[in-house]
Amino acid sequence: MMTLSRWKVILVVLATIFGALFTLPNVLPPDMREQLPGFLPKKALNLGLDLQGGSYLLYSVDTQALRNERLTNLTEDVRKTLTDAQIPFTDLGQVNGALSARITDPGQLAKAQNALRNAVGAPLAGVAGGRDVTVGSAGDQRLTVAFVPEAFDADASRAVEQSIEIIRRRIDQLGTREPNIVRQGKDRIVIEAAGESDPERLKNVVGQTAKLTFQMVDDSVSAQEAAAGRVPPGSELVPSTDELAPAYVVKKRAEVTGEMLVDAQARFDQQTGQPIVQFRFNGQGARRFGDVSSQNIGRRFAIVLDNKVISAPVIQSAITGGSGQITGHFTEASANDLAILLRAGALPAPLKVEEQRTVGAELGADAVKAGAISAVVGLAGVVVFMIVMYGGLFGGVSLVGLVVNGLMIIGFMSITQATLTLPGIAGLILTLSVAVDANVLIYERMRDELRAGRGLLSAMDAGFSRAMGTIMDANITHLLSAAILFGFGAGPVKGFAWTLSIGVLTTVFSAVLVTQVLLAWWYRATRPKVLPIA
Amino acid sequence: MKFWPLIKVLPVRTHFRFVRLAKYFSILSILAVVTSLALTLYPFKPPCFGMACGIDFKGGTVLEISTAPQAVDVSRVRAALASMHLGDVQVQGFGAPSSAMVKFQTPEGASPSDTADAVRAKIAQTVSPVRFVKTDVVGPKVSSELLTKGLLALGGAILLMLVYIWFRFELQFGLGAVAALFHDVFLTFGLITLARIEFNLTAVAALLTIIGYSMNDTVVVFDRFRENLRKYKRMPMAEIIDLSINEMLTRTIITSMTAVFALIALAVFGGPNLWGLSIIMLFGILIGTYSSIYIAAPVILLWGVKRGEDEVEPLKTAKARP
Repeated sequence: MMTLSRWKVILVVLATIFGALFTLPNVLPPDMREQLPGFLPKKALNLGLDLQGGSYLLYSVDTQALRNERLTNLTEDVRKTLTDAQIPFTDLGQVNGALSARITDPGQLAKAQNALRNAVGAPLAGVAGGRDVTVGSAGDQRLTVAFVPEAFDADASRAVEQSIEIIRRRIDQLGTREPNIVRQGKDRIVIEAAGESDPERLKNVVGQTAKLTFQMVDDSVSAQEAAAGRVPPGSELVPSTDELAPAYVVKKRAEVTGEMLVDAQARFDQQTGQPIVQFRFNGQGARRFGDVSSQNIGRRFAIVLDNKVISAPVIQSAITGGSGQITGHFTEASANDLAILLRAGALPAPLKVEEQRTVGAELGADAVKAGAISAVVGLAGVVVFMIVMYGGLFGGVSLVGLVVNGLMIIGFMSITQATLTLPGIAGLILTLSVAVDANVLIYERMRDELRAGRGLLSAMDAGFSRAMGTIMDANITHLLSAAILFGFGAGPVKGFAWTLSIGVLTTVFSAVLVTQVLLAWWYRATRPKVLPIA
Repeated sequence: MKFWPLIKVLPVRTHFRFVRLAKYFSILSILAVVTSLALTLYPFKPPCFGMACGIDFKGGTVLEISTAPQAVDVSRVRAALASMHLGDVQVQGFGAPSSAMVKFQTPEGASPSDTADAVRAKIAQTVSPVRFVKTDVVGPKVSSELLTKGLLALGGAILLMLVYIWFRFELQFGLGAVAALFHDVFLTFGLITLARIEFNLTAVAALLTIIGYSMNDTVVVFDRFRENLRKYKRMPMAEIIDLSINEMLTRTIITSMTAVFALIALAVFGGPNLWGLSIIMLFGILIGTYSSIYIAAPVILLWGVKRGEDEVEPLKTAKARP
C-alpha cells in the first residue's frame, strides 16, 4: 500500500477525468452540447430503437422466385437454340430444378449438346472458361441442362446487392430521416429507421417489387371465358386493380418494360383533375412503344404492375413521342409513391418481411425514464447497504469506485457509439451492483488476514493481492457468458451483452485500482492503528 | 454496543456444517429439478413445450396499443378481431388502463406482416383514436432460427464454463460447477413455466446472465476451497468444504444482497418490459448462491479430488473420520 506506484494514481485520475468528459454530453441538453468547445467530445449515448423509437425491418430476398425466373428464361433459350440448329425435340420441361428434353433423332444428341454448351448460360465469374450451366444426358435420347449451384448463389448475392441499391434510391426520394440499410447473411436485408414509428409507408415503398410491363390485351376471348379455363396459348389471365373489370386476358409477351423508363412523375390530369403518373421512355423504349402503338391502333394494351393490371387504355393513335401517362385509380400519395418506385427501378426479386419491430417514441421515452429511475433507486440501495455494512470510509470508497465505474461505462459507450438498449440498461444496473463484489472480496480478505495475525498494513496489502486472483476468475466467467450472449443476440440482446462486457472490464479496473488508491491515500493521511472494518 | 458498521457486529466466523445437510438438500434439489423439467417439458410440443411462448420463438405478432387518455375497451377489440378468423387472439390490459396488448399468430400460409397490417387497420376502425405504441412481427423462419440460436447459446455457455473451470482448476471442479449450472438453469426454467413468464429472447439473455453469475459465485467458493486444500493438507475434504463456505459466507451474502437490491428496483420501477428479465435474474441469483454451496461443492466431494501426492480421497474416506 505504501508502495503505491505513481502510474496507478495517474491511471485512476485519467480514467476518472476521461470518463467524466465523455459522459458529459449525455447530461447536457442538445443545444448546449453543440456549443461545447471543439476539443470536447460531443457524442451522447447511441440509444437503441427500443429507447428512441423507430422501426427495424428484416427482409429476405425471394431466391426461389429468382430461381424460377432463371429456369423459365433458360427454357426459352434452349428452345430457341435447338430450333435454330434445326434439331427436332419433344418434351422440353423442368424436372427437379433442371431442364430436360428428348431429342427425336438419337444421332443428333451430341450435336444438340454441343450447340447448347456454346449458346446457353453465362460465363461463370472467377472460373476461366467455366459456364454457369452444365449440359448432360439422362439416357433414352434425353439431354439435361442444369445450373451449377454457384450460379444460383451468385444470382442471389447480386439480387441482394441490387435490391439494397434500389431500396436506397427509393428511400432517398421519400425524404424521411436516413435509415440504415445493411445486408445480413446470404439473402437478407435489414432496414433500421430511427424515429420512424409508423413504417407503413416505408414498407409500401420498400416491399413493392414494382415490375412494370406493357402488354397487349388479348381480345380473342373474354375474361370470363379465360377464367373458365380457355386461355389461348401465349396469353394469360391477369387480375386487375379495377373493380369493374376484375381481370384481363393479356399476351404473355411484354412489349415494353419498366427498365426502359427514364423518368416518372406524379401529376394531375388537366381535364379530370385526377392524380396520374407521367413517364418518359429511353430511346429503345420510345421506338418499341411507337412501333407497337402504330400497329395496334384501336386495340387495348395493359399496363401491368407486379402482375396486376392497373390500367388498360385503348390506343387512339401512334404514340411516338416516347412519353405517356398512367391513369389508374390513384390518390395523390399513391401516384407519388408509384412515380418514386418507377424512377428507382424494379427489385430483381420479390422481398418478404421476415421480422418487424416498431417502437413508438413515447414508449421509448417511458423506457428510458423507467430505466433511469430503477438505476437510481437500485444503486442507491446498493450504496446505502455498503455503507451500513462497512461504514463511512470503506462504504464510501466503494461508492467512489461505483461512480468512476459508471462514468467509465457511459463514457466508453458514448465515445464508441455502442448501442444502449432497454435490456442494456438492466445490464448496466446489474453490472454496477455486482461490481461492489470486488470491494467485498477485498475487504473480507483484509479482515481474514487481520484475524490470521497480520499487521494492519500487511493485511491491507494481502487483501488486495490475494483477492485479485478470485476477482479475475469471477469476472472472466461474466465476460465469457457476455461473449456468448453477444454472438447469439439480435438487436436489444446484443446491447445487453455489450454493456455487460464493457462493465466487466471497467469493474475490474475501478474496483481494484480506485479502491487501492483511495485506501492508500487514507492510510498515508491518517496512519490508522486499526482498520474500521475489523 | 455500536451497530455500525454492521460488519463488526456480525459473527466473525460461522461454523455451519453445510456438508452434513448436503445429502438432504441434494435430494431436495434433484426432486426440484425433476419437477421443473417435467413442468417445463409438458406438453412435449416444440418450440416452447410447457412454457408461455413469446413470438420470438413461436412467430406471430404483438401489438401494444394506447387509447390514452381514455381506457381501452378490451372486449370491443376482442370482438372485432374475432371476426377476422386469426385463431387464438389474446387481448389483455398492459400496464396503464389506457394500454392493451394484442397477441396473435399468423394463420398458416399468410404473410405475417400483411396480417399485422390488416389487424392494425381493424383496431384503428374499432377504437379511435388509437396509437400503436409497439409492433413486433416475427416470421416463421426467423423465429425458428432465434430458438436454435438461443438453445445453442445456452449449451455453448455451459460448455465454455466447464472448459474454463477445467483449465483454471481441475476437471472435478468443472463437473461440480456444471452440475450447479444445470441445476440453476433447470430450476429457472421451472420458474419461467410456473410464473407464466414469457419465454423469449430476453428470457434467454437473463438465463445466460444467470449462468455467468452462478459461475461467479461458484468460482469464488472454489478459489477458497483450493487455497484451503493446500493449506490444510490433512484435514478431511468435508471439513475443508465447510470451512471454505463458512469463510466466504459473509461475502456471498453481501454480494447477493447488492444484486437483489438492484434487481428489486428493476422489477418494481423498470416497467412491464423489464419485469420478466428482473424476476428471472432475481430468482437465478438466489438459486445460484444456494447451488454454489449445496450443489457445486458436494459434487466435488462425490468425485474426490487430487491432493498433494496424487492421493485421491473420495467420499468414503472423508466420511470415515469423525
